[in-house]
Amino acid sequence: MKTLFVLASAALAMTAVTAQAKTFVYCSEASPEGFDPAPYTAGGTFDASAHPIFNRLTEFKKGTTEVEPGLAESWEVSEDGTEYTFKLRQGVKWHSNESFTPTRDFNADDVIFSYDRQGNAENPWHQYIPGITYEYYTSMAMPDLIKSVEKIDDYTVKFTLNQPEAPFLANIAMPFASIVSKEYADALDAAGTREDLNNLPIGTGPFKFVAYQKDAVIRYTKNTEYWGTPAIIDDLIFAITPDAAVRLQKLKAGECHLMPYPAPADIEAIRTDPNLKLDEQAGLNVGYLAYNTTQAPFDNPVVRKALNMAIDKNAIVEAVFQGAALPAKNPIPPTMWSYNEAIEDDAYDPEAAKAMLEEAGVTDLSMKIWAMPVQRPYMPNARRTAELMQEDLAQVGVDVEIVSYEWGEYLAKSMEAGRDGAVMLGWTGDNGDPDNFLSVLLSCDSAGEGGANRAFWCNEEFSALLKDAKVTADPAERTALYEQAQVIFKEQAPWFTIAHSTQYVPMSNKVSGFKMSPLGDFTFETVDIAE
Amino acid sequence: MTDTPLSPAPVRLSDAAIRRRMLSEFWFYFRQNRGAVIGLVVFVLLVLTAIFAPVLAPYDPTSQNRGALLVPPFWQEGGSTAYLLGTDAVGRDMLSRLIFGAQYSLFIGIVVVSIALVGGIAIGLVAGFFGGWVDSVIMRVMDVILAFPSLLLALVLVAVLGPGLTNAMIAIAIVYQPHFARLTRAAVMSELKREYVTAARVAGAGNFRLMFKTILPNCLAPLIVQATLSFSSAVLDSAALGFLGMGAQPPAPEWGTMLAEAREFILRAWWVVTFPGLAILMSVLAINMMGDGLRDALDPKLKRS
Amino acid sequence: MSPARFCKGQGRMLRLILSKLLYLVPTFLGITIIAFSFVRILPGDPVLLMAGERGVTPERHAELSAQLGYDKSVVLQYFDFLWRLLQGDLGHSLVTKKPVMDEFLALFPATVELGLCAILLATLIGVPVGVLAAIKRGSWFDQVSMTTALVGFSMPIFWWGLLLIIFFSGILGWTPVSGRISLMYYFPDVTGFMLIDSLLSGQSGAFTSAVRHLILPSVVLATIPLAVIARQTRSAMLEVMGEDYVRTARAKGMPTRRVIGVHALRNAMIPVITTIGLQIGVLMAGAILTETIFSWPGIGKWMIDSIARRDYPVVQSGLLLIAALVMIVNLLVDLTYGLINPRIRNK
Repeated sequence: MKTLFVLASAALAMTAVTAQAKTFVYCSEASPEGFDPAPYTAGGTFDASAHPIFNRLTEFKKGTTEVEPGLAESWEVSEDGTEYTFKLRQGVKWHSNESFTPTRDFNADDVIFSYDRQGNAENPWHQYIPGITYEYYTSMAMPDLIKSVEKIDDYTVKFTLNQPEAPFLANIAMPFASIVSKEYADALDAAGTREDLNNLPIGTGPFKFVAYQKDAVIRYTKNTEYWGTPAIIDDLIFAITPDAAVRLQKLKAGECHLMPYPAPADIEAIRTDPNLKLDEQAGLNVGYLAYNTTQAPFDNPVVRKALNMAIDKNAIVEAVFQGAALPAKNPIPPTMWSYNEAIEDDAYDPEAAKAMLEEAGVTDLSMKIWAMPVQRPYMPNARRTAELMQEDLAQVGVDVEIVSYEWGEYLAKSMEAGRDGAVMLGWTGDNGDPDNFLSVLLSCDSAGEGGANRAFWCNEEFSALLKDAKVTADPAERTALYEQAQVIFKEQAPWFTIAHSTQYVPMSNKVSGFKMSPLGDFTFETVDIAE
Repeated sequence: MTDTPLSPAPVRLSDAAIRRRMLSEFWFYFRQNRGAVIGLVVFVLLVLTAIFAPVLAPYDPTSQNRGALLVPPFWQEGGSTAYLLGTDAVGRDMLSRLIFGAQYSLFIGIVVVSIALVGGIAIGLVAGFFGGWVDSVIMRVMDVILAFPSLLLALVLVAVLGPGLTNAMIAIAIVYQPHFARLTRAAVMSELKREYVTAARVAGAGNFRLMFKTILPNCLAPLIVQATLSFSSAVLDSAALGFLGMGAQPPAPEWGTMLAEAREFILRAWWVVTFPGLAILMSVLAINMMGDGLRDALDPKLKRS
Repeated sequence: MSPARFCKGQGRMLRLILSKLLYLVPTFLGITIIAFSFVRILPGDPVLLMAGERGVTPERHAELSAQLGYDKSVVLQYFDFLWRLLQGDLGHSLVTKKPVMDEFLALFPATVELGLCAILLATLIGVPVGVLAAIKRGSWFDQVSMTTALVGFSMPIFWWGLLLIIFFSGILGWTPVSGRISLMYYFPDVTGFMLIDSLLSGQSGAFTSAVRHLILPSVVLATIPLAVIARQTRSAMLEVMGEDYVRTARAKGMPTRRVIGVHALRNAMIPVITTIGLQIGVLMAGAILTETIFSWPGIGKWMIDSIARRDYPVVQSGLLLIAALVMIVNLLVDLTYGLINPRIRNK
């Protein structure tokens, strides 16, 4: 009974405090898988864990894909590009909670721990949850890349790489590389509650974790001892609302202040609503249709070009994306540096397409188009898109059959050698580096099993350019190389590039200071609510 | 009138005459239930709509008019008589889609009920007839299936088989089978004790003959009622699966699938959400009303109204 | 009743319970086999799904599969699963890596709260309506209520829920759009039932908020059970009222109300209670749809999401737990039926 009374009065006290405090409510689109950023890959999970609670050695400058110092104040790169020495920030305080109070500031031990537990199978925390895997760490090729992470002194850490990697600084700004507290890990070890690293997170970030009601609500409170600019709002709440129509209703009703991923059909209504405003930006993504360049007649670039010219891209953008996208001409989006603006897109010209097909000796072509069964950020409705393509191609005498598989099977089968047909898919960038798009999706290395080059396209010149761009750290040199690569891509046309979907973020008029991230991150330390 | 003497022997009615009499008796009781008659009329209209869909529908259900996206119904501003009930997000005529959707619903109902009926009867006959451990095992399996909530089981089955109309129908049929099996088994078991069965056995009738020609016809009444119930449930469940994305896939104009596609327009375009649901409701209601009437008519002793 | 007869009665009861429990064992095993095999034949490799567009090398794939135990023979995997199940270990979610049991317990109260409210609503409205309809058989009340019940029974509840949301939340603004309680209220989770916890917290307005959030989902979920209960009650009442002993009581001159209250109702309740109990299975199925529409954080929605994500351990254990639940409720209904039905009780 007494505990109940204590709890009740504590709760009352809390409400009394929060009554005057600024509380920001974000209607998120998914439940977080967990609060330790390392084992997971979903953007929604990172919005709930990595961005509010943690920091990384380097961070992306808010609203851009430029890298700036984070927990590392400065760094030096060796001549050959394989040694990175980071000078760590001093005086950074860790969060505390009911069961843990830190006795020391952030230092090199935390950095070593954060990387070692992911990369080193011998580390006692490597499998702190049975069956755990560090997907991002492995897929960004960190195990092959990182030779060693050494502590030089309490505030200096040296990373030695196996080969030079220009995107490295961008990679370690990614959520999986969040720095966790070694002291907290040790305390949990002693208490026998290791899983709390994932349930009750302790970080250095602008917000402290308070509570999570599964699939319903996440609560954070401002970290008043934050090393950077402290947040303006006092309390942050994530109201988990998976349905886009419901999110909008809540936004309109004032139940939340900001929401992600509105349904394209609602964009107009949001624009005209006097109480709401809409931020928009081209997303760091691309949707494409990849031909099988090893299958005749798609091995002929002229045929691929002709098919590209037969499809009405703008109609797809209108009907499927409801105008909420930019028609794509390059494999990387315009918000990415080294985007080649000078390249001209294939015109929509069914007559010319027909002529080109005839010239190439292609008559009575039937082909398959694969359509995804699920909605993705770069493609709201693959089925509808495929239907539009089917109609367009029928106009030039090509008979299209639309096929689909269950999502996991789709991903697997689309990479099987000898796949029949053109596959629709897409990609969302991880770190704002062109290599993250081009190498992963179009290089020779990626054209086999385990890769993601669904066009099975292997162009020696193209891949060589990518390899060169990866090792040099000079941005100007890299830009030139990538621009040239895009020219080759356009000539060879292994894909029909569909669109870069626009990111929209509707919010209440009272909200100010929200910075849209090209990577699709949602961060709230800069937002303010007017009364 | 000829002066015929009273015939000493009772008049023997032919089989056909017996059947005719049973039918007219049945119709008499059925007619008394007004709701059932209305249900029958609506159902017949539904069947006709489905059969004559290509003639009735003004447009092809999958043709897209990209210039007429999300047009409201004709009585609202912005609507036109070209699209009586408006269009959906890709410019397809709602009325045509609804009409063709009737084909899907009827097809689903018939297929599901057929599979469940045939399978359930076969299983029930075997269980009831052979008894003993065969019966035990079969009934346990039926119990296991019945322990899972029907929609959940159907959902997992469809996930296993892959989303699509055929698989949805198979999944639902499997889930409904135990009902028919149980009914058949119960009826068989009670019939087995009757004298006419013993008589037939003595006369030398083999097992199969007994099962199908002797016993089954007498168990039909409850089976028919259950079939009607399952028909309407099948329409509902397949619409639910379609709504969850596991049933008929777009662009099929199945009513549940149409609702799934329409969910994002709930605030903007109410007609895309309202009409398919209304269609489902009306069809299921009609069939249920008919089912009620059937049940009352087939077994007047249990008459409720 | 003599002590001997009482003890004999108890013994009979015990034997009844035991026999029913024993009967459950093979059924339970059957359920585990089905839950296990379905999930194993679900197409869609969870490893691939986790990798997404990125793809995964064959070595990595083998490594991950081995880690998850998918390389052993299916039979071995089944016995592994059964053994761990008996120890209470339901595995870990592939998505969140957390124990399935923990996730289930975190979400279960929400579904139970919704289900209880729904069945309460259905019973409190359905039974009186059914009784009244039976008494006033043929009247306009009877016709209207039974037609409404039939409509309710035929209702696609996912559409019904959407309509109610459009009307009550969208147009009228009377009910909130989603969630279990307004975000303004934060109190510790004592029982997991929002209605109880909000009262315990003592915060003014919290309980009202919880109720307001529960109304629409409960109404939607209660629709079909309400219709069934109303119809069944009416049938049961009519059947009982037509029985000889009721007519005898009437003929003897007992007032109608007494006849109904004492005799008819009590005996009609037997099949009605069975019906109410059997609605649990319907409630679970309905919960899946209702929770999806209202974003209600319960196990129905959890199951759907897990099936879509091929979260094998969750689908498997979820199926199992739900089926076990239905089985237990059916058992309780069976026992209650045995208890209150004098014909069985005194066999």
